[in-house]
Amino acid sequence: MINKDVIIIGGGAAGLAAAVACRKKGLEDILIIERESDLGGILKQCIHDGFGLIKFQNSYTGPEYAQKYIDQVQECGIEFLLDSMVIDITNQKILTVVNKSGLKKYLAKSIILAMGCRERTRGAIGIPGTRPAGIYTAGVAQNLINIHNYMIGKEVVILGSGDIGLIMARRLMLEGATVKMVLELLPYGSGLPRNFNQCLADYDIPLHLNHTVVDIKGGKRVEAITMAKVDSKGKIIESTCQEISCDTLLLSVGLIPENELTKMAGILLDPLTGGALVDEYGQTTINGIFACGNVLQVHDIVDNVSLEAEHIANGVGRYLSSLLKPKNNIKIEIGPGLRYVLPQHIQYLDDTVFSFRVKKPGNKKQIIFRNDSRIIKKKSFIRVNPAEMIRIKLTSSELSDIKHLKVELN
Amino acid sequence: MNKNTENHFDVIIIGAGVVGCSIARELSRFKVKVAVLEKESDVGWGSSCRNSGVIHAGFNNKPGTLMAKYCVEGNQKFQSIAQELDVPFKKTGKLVVAKKKNEIIELKKLKRQGELNGVKNLEIIGEQEIKELEPNVRGVAALLSPETSITSPYLYTIALAENALKNGIQFYLDTEVKNIEKKANSKFVLKTPYKQFITDYLINSTGVYSDEIARMAGIDRYRIYPCRGEYFVLDKNASSLMNHLIYPVPHIEEGGLGIHLTPTVDGNVLIGPSNEYIDTNNRNDYAVTMEVLAKLCKEAQEFLPAISPRYFIRNYAGIRSKQTPPLQGGYKDYVLEENEEASNMINLIGIESPGLTAAYPIAKKVVSMIDEKEILSPNPKFNPFRKGILRFEEQDDETKRILVEQNSDYGEVICRCEQVTKKEILEAINNPLGARSLVSIKYRSRAMMGRCQGGYCQTRILELLKDKYNYGWNDFLLKGSGSNMLTGNRSNGESNI
Repeated sequence: MINKDVIIIGGGAAGLAAAVACRKKGLEDILIIERESDLGGILKQCIHDGFGLIKFQNSYTGPEYAQKYIDQVQECGIEFLLDSMVIDITNQKILTVVNKSGLKKYLAKSIILAMGCRERTRGAIGIPGTRPAGIYTAGVAQNLINIHNYMIGKEVVILGSGDIGLIMARRLMLEGATVKMVLELLPYGSGLPRNFNQCLADYDIPLHLNHTVVDIKGGKRVEAITMAKVDSKGKIIESTCQEISCDTLLLSVGLIPENELTKMAGILLDPLTGGALVDEYGQTTINGIFACGNVLQVHDIVDNVSLEAEHIANGVGRYLSSLLKPKNNIKIEIGPGLRYVLPQHIQYLDDTVFSFRVKKPGNKKQIIFRNDSRIIKKKSFIRVNPAEMIRIKLTSSELSDIKHLKVELN
Repeated sequence: MNKNTENHFDVIIIGAGVVGCSIARELSRFKVKVAVLEKESDVGWGSSCRNSGVIHAGFNNKPGTLMAKYCVEGNQKFQSIAQELDVPFKKTGKLVVAKKKNEIIELKKLKRQGELNGVKNLEIIGEQEIKELEPNVRGVAALLSPETSITSPYLYTIALAENALKNGIQFYLDTEVKNIEKKANSKFVLKTPYKQFITDYLINSTGVYSDEIARMAGIDRYRIYPCRGEYFVLDKNASSLMNHLIYPVPHIEEGGLGIHLTPTVDGNVLIGPSNEYIDTNNRNDYAVTMEVLAKLCKEAQEFLPAISPRYFIRNYAGIRSKQTPPLQGGYKDYVLEENEEASNMINLIGIESPGLTAAYPIAKKVVSMIDEKEILSPNPKFNPFRKGILRFEEQDDETKRILVEQNSDYGEVICRCEQVTKKEILEAINNPLGARSLVSIKYRSRAMMGRCQGGYCQTRILELLKDKYNYGWNDFLLKGSGSNMLTGNRSNGESNI
């Protein structure tokens, strides 16, 4: 058994930022466990820019952003394992790790979960039709093109207007493929507004809202898909079915926080986020186990992942010094119009950054924090959008003496 | 029976499904020169890999039929065969659940039918007992069949083929028989795109194409009506919802067993199969359809309300070789026969459920039909044992530790969801049959069968194929020739060495 003060599962954006922040807090005995051959996580394959606008006032590519943290990890001498998979975790914080050197057990005083997400698959959404070659989730396609230097198709239809799909639309065009269209089930786009301009409009790729794929044709390789319009209830309008010939279907239909290890440890998840139930320090329902980054909630901007992960270090530090003394346990209620709020409950009434997403796009909206009838904080937005996470900080003085907390969208 | 030219055989089996591979293995017990010709790039890609993996007890089949006889015998023999071949096997038992009181009489009929067929330990249980055995299932009564078991139909087919290969049988994949000529000396000449074969005995185990192959040899009396069954595969988290196979009371006129809930040996759950006749001109139509998927989902929830779409990870379909046309439905018994038009050609027609269970008895019967004419002499080198790929995930921690120590390739977990290591994937890539499509690797190693469906491991498997076999972009096939995964290298990219 190897003892560690802090073990971080995942060396991507969240894990790296958490590690560096923990070291800056004075924590020495840290270990990052990463399954791939390099640190950086998904950032390694995101060769487009736009990363770091908040944190570094600069527009970096994914690998550049990751390198900023990898450099700090190396400068600080933070220990990390590569090509290493955590295959088991217990509620006693015992980890089983496998790599070429062997199978080892670690006893951690604290654990930071930073495993990121997986992509939702064709099978999970049950698209009818055959199962030929040429159906890829956007992330896999991105990996094949950017890391392995392959081309995955010539005539592409993209289902899902999430950021990865939009980025890949541009990528494919730049590599000489034809992206015929992007189909989006909802009446509005799922990605960041800037990506619609920079990835679709700039390349004359049509976007069809209220549309989905209802059939895939092709024995060995994709030959065509059938697109159809859906009504306001999401039901397919049969008469609008139209066959589109293509050799590739790219799916960008959602990310799912990868919480298999989390469940193994017996940690409770929030069905609204797909991630763990946490307090303001990102501590889960098991004391000493924290979660941050995409494994906690799906982020759209990596800078927020870093900020979230950096805040975790405060909690980890205090936990290890036995300074986390809960004052009160207040469950955050959310009003209609909000999909979720994080954290789901607060215990210490310290400065807290709340993250949430709205259910639908809207103009001239207000986010209101209430303690029963008393309004604690109000913030106005010209535009709100499910694709853009909202983060609002409440200070400890704003939170002092509250009995209940509700977040509303007006 | 010595054939001196390399393309002359004593016996040729057309079709490397579970039945063809069973026959190959049974023949390898004797000194016979045998080849198996398979049109696909791997064994079992027809119905054999696409069913529920159930080893049926035999109460669903009419007494006196071959289906009934072979099912019961196959069920009783399966465990020992599975052990010889290192194939997974679980005796979960089955519950046929009556939702309404007026279905109980059907249960009693099934029980009696089973007992007539020689099925052991069948029992009718009541509502309370159902609740105790299966807390999530609703029903007023059920037939409990403890002898019903599950296996992995694709691992079974692969194991049979590998053992047959080891014992001297030759396998020709990607070899479609285009033409059969009967010679005056009653030999058969088979033409395939790349090679010609000559054989004394010909076995037609081509499943859904068996009538067409028969017709090539001048036999026009058979008709196969392809009938598709669609499935959902559920996440392993769903396996906690049931312990047994859960089936509704079957309705004969539908021509299938009804939609069932089947746990798999790996811990997934299958919903299905459905039942729809498809166009006889398109027997390869493995598409899943919107209407059927919706129906499967709804009917499954009727039995097990806890089933929800969040468990779904994949759909697939298989095609039954039915001898009864759409308007008739129902079943016709297996046909295993020679014909006047082509003596020494044994046709296996209409091998639908319980085909997986019946494969071994069918194989033995086919061998006895040849033995009657030829008097086969035993192969002293025959070895019934075959070892599959060791599953790292199934071992305890101490065994895992030792495995990694002995071979560091066990220390690299490539498929996160199913915990499949590099060692296992390399073994799957280097399989004895030489099948190297991604799906062949998937079936043998279980990589890509988890909830992310290859999202993490797919690119890593391609990397391994490139390392081991120097694959270029054109070589990566999903499932056989024509299923190219890539369309080129990046225009100005260096190749990834």
